[in-house]
Amino acid sequence: MDPILQIKDLQTHFFTKAGVLKAVDGVSLEIGAGEIVGLVGESGSGKSITGFSIMGLVDAPGRIVGGQILFKGQDLAKLSPAEMQAYRGNRIAMIFQDPMMTLNPVLRIETQMVETILSHDSSVSKIDAHARARDALGLVGISSPDERLRAYPHQFSGGMRQRVSIAIAMLNRPDLIIADEPTTALDVTIQGQVIHEMQRLCQETKTALLWITHDLAVVAGIAERICVMYAGRVVEQGPNANVIAAPMHPYTTGLLGSVPGQNRRGQPLQQIEGMVPSLMNLPTGCAFQNRCNLVSDICTSTNPDAISTKDGRLVRCHNIAAGDSA
Amino acid sequence: MTPLLTVSNLSRDFVKSLDMVAKVLNRLGQNYREEVVHAVDDVSFSVFKGEIVGVVGESGCGKSTLGRMVAGILPPTSGQVSFDVTQAKNTDIPDALRTQMIFQDPFSSLNPRKRVIDIITEAPIHHKLIAPSEKRAFAIEMLQRVGLDPDTLERYPHQFSGGQRQRVGIARALAVSPEFLVCDESIAALDVSIQAQIINLFVDLKDSYDLTYLFISHDIGVIEHISDRVIVMYLGRIVETAPIETFVKQPNHPYTQALLAGVPRLEVGKRQYEPISGEIPSPLSPPTGCHFHPRCKFATARCKAEKPALREIAPAHFSACHLNDEA
Amino acid sequence: MAGKTATSGVVPASGWQKFWSDFSESPTAVGALFVFLVVLFIAIFAPIVSPTNPYDLASVDIMNSRLEPGSQDFEGNVFWLGTDGAGRDMLSAIFYGLRVSLGVGALSGVVALIIGAAVGLSAAYFGGRFETLAMRIVDIQLSFPSILMALVILAVFGKGVEKTIIALVLVQWAYYARAARASALVEKNKEYVEAAQCLALGDRRIILHHIMPNCLAPLIVVGTLQTAHAISLEATLSFLGLGLPITEPSLGLLIGNGFEFMYSGDYWISIFPGVALLITIVSINLVGDQLRDIFNPRLQR
Repeated sequence: MDPILQIKDLQTHFFTKAGVLKAVDGVSLEIGAGEIVGLVGESGSGKSITGFSIMGLVDAPGRIVGGQILFKGQDLAKLSPAEMQAYRGNRIAMIFQDPMMTLNPVLRIETQMVETILSHDSSVSKIDAHARARDALGLVGISSPDERLRAYPHQFSGGMRQRVSIAIAMLNRPDLIIADEPTTALDVTIQGQVIHEMQRLCQETKTALLWITHDLAVVAGIAERICVMYAGRVVEQGPNANVIAAPMHPYTTGLLGSVPGQNRRGQPLQQIEGMVPSLMNLPTGCAFQNRCNLVSDICTSTNPDAISTKDGRLVRCHNIAAGDSA
Repeated sequence: MTPLLTVSNLSRDFVKSLDMVAKVLNRLGQNYREEVVHAVDDVSFSVFKGEIVGVVGESGCGKSTLGRMVAGILPPTSGQVSFDVTQAKNTDIPDALRTQMIFQDPFSSLNPRKRVIDIITEAPIHHKLIAPSEKRAFAIEMLQRVGLDPDTLERYPHQFSGGQRQRVGIARALAVSPEFLVCDESIAALDVSIQAQIINLFVDLKDSYDLTYLFISHDIGVIEHISDRVIVMYLGRIVETAPIETFVKQPNHPYTQALLAGVPRLEVGKRQYEPISGEIPSPLSPPTGCHFHPRCKFATARCKAEKPALREIAPAHFSACHLNDEA
Repeated sequence: MAGKTATSGVVPASGWQKFWSDFSESPTAVGALFVFLVVLFIAIFAPIVSPTNPYDLASVDIMNSRLEPGSQDFEGNVFWLGTDGAGRDMLSAIFYGLRVSLGVGALSGVVALIIGAAVGLSAAYFGGRFETLAMRIVDIQLSFPSILMALVILAVFGKGVEKTIIALVLVQWAYYARAARASALVEKNKEYVEAAQCLALGDRRIILHHIMPNCLAPLIVVGTLQTAHAISLEATLSFLGLGLPITEPSLGLLIGNGFEFMYSGDYWISIFPGVALLITIVSINLVGDQLRDIFNPRLQR
């Protein structure tokens, strides 16, 4: 099956007074139709910028300087803002960490939802649009949708607002949803509800989902494939089970070892020494070199290419030989 | 063994009192009431020396308010916090300094206008614990204790990363030789790999300096990793207290069970989430009786009417649930 | 022992360098700063810089009165901006006038800042009835037009340098109080203040060493803009004959004195001091605007 989204060697740089910040520096990944892919990384890894780049939401002083973003064959990076407008909210939708980035505080929910529908398809009548909005709210499990439609965002709790954002994202039945830390700001029990809704929705509507987060545990529970990013590059990507059970890249190993839980009580957590290098001043060679316990000479001179392994992964590390398995 | 810290019937209300207009309107027949939030509602527990007690709960549970009362920053509306001075190591420290707090936000917990050396040594000098001439040497020692390079003494907070700032905050607290530390979401704002460093640091410091912690967090994984005992709070009340093994393997209260079931786990393979229904109620108008009853699968009429008492259902295991009475 | 941590790789530029690089993003502000510094220099060094001392009765000759700009006296000295009704060189008079105007404006600004900041910081920190009372007084004061208040105060207390300064302080302190309180409220809720309370550092120390230094930025902005306001206010009062006495001639007084000559066409006696006042106030305002933009945390820099 053809992938619905293919990112090839994307580079998004920010040109600031202090220098060039290479937020995304050579990212390649694929998402199949109806697939849930987790994009994992810490702050500064470039994961959010990757999401914004796909949506064309990168503002000055940043811009996409290289690579392709092929959505069903069309290169989004080459589109003009007007052309991109036709895709955004229509074929590709985005959900943000803070639902108030989606919801306009002075508009009623129905106003905003109807507007979303009509702006992409002006032939729809207002009544039909209203009905679709109602259905969308029902889809995300919001009860008494008629009342809720007339309400303003401040009358909802955080979890409800996020569900409304998801409903808005689903309005035009997009092929792909990009979710940037959608549950990070929510309480544990509410997070469970929202993850459950999104899981169910994507299964029912066969919508592809790119779930961007720093929380490995969340993607471990719902993603089919996981991509791990570090300092603007994807260092490991592969099937969920393989990456979690037997990570190959030293960063992934370190990250998994850092997560506390009851199965590690009493032992010190694995620490990754040092800090993320400045994105304006990336070292030559592998970006992880100053924190890696497997570092060797070649790591400091050459940036590793993505190597395919036997179990369907791509890993950027000189310590992996092609055809290896964990 | 007597506890080091005892919290008895501690409560804290936040009241939004009526302004002039509302008072006048009330006289004219309207019925405006003061808005009261019972942020912490009759909480009692003890902490023994050398323990790490984890406090876990979601928004509105009152754990941060509780932490601030234990640290002495916020006065309680009723109840008290008592510290057993006889168990203190260091008798020349003023009592007010025995409990210190490590804060959540690395960006606002350090005074941006002060250098690190001043941040760390201000309190010891002010309370005459060290002489001004010892300032530099003392600061260097503190920085080394928390794993920071002593060359950074003269720097300002904005020149450090989030994790480093948290370390400075820890050094600041340790500088007054406290016995008890309240950690209020101290790692929540940090990246996962940095969290691991700070968690390890906390454990090392506890062993080296004989500290006792009250560790407040919403992150169940961290609580499970670090705590000896766990307190679970919901809407201002304690719903369950248990030793860590019991907490993980045999949670009693339905809320604790729901919490543990809903936490994302780093296990292999996808899982189907089965979340509990309903929103967390607003602290302004909590449900009657047991606060959890609207979301509880096992709720009965009694749960709606009567507030459950926190009772010991097994050694050191307390739970506030009417269902235990039936057993 | 916790593992080694690398310290920050890049040490950023010092505070002043960063400040200058932000400030110089606006060429207008840099230009205005330059102009203001020239004005300040002239004001401070007026006796040295000015061609004559217009208040030295020995050197002033009534024969030179009301000469046009560019004319010369019988010794060949050029009166670049003309002379006034008594024969004083306008350029020199303006230089001395700047001194008085800036001096009174700055002094009243500083005193108002100290009083206003003290009230505002205390109100924010202690809260309760004190805060309510203090802020109501501030609100009431701010609802009166400043000119009106100053006129009333001077009418009651009479003219004079000290009384003018007192009037200006009374009119201005409320702006500082409001700015100080607003920013102190923000700082008070930050965790470093809670940390200081946890460390039992005492209220006085916390207000003076922790909260106040972090409130300085908005106060400086208010101070800059208010100083310009004070200068213009003083000029208005002097123009109306109520502010400073003849012996301390400010720009306002010069404008006022020269007004009567406007009708006979001797425009320079009033206009040039007016232009000098305008340049001073505008340059201070432009610098203040840029300072406000730099210190505004919402503008992502």
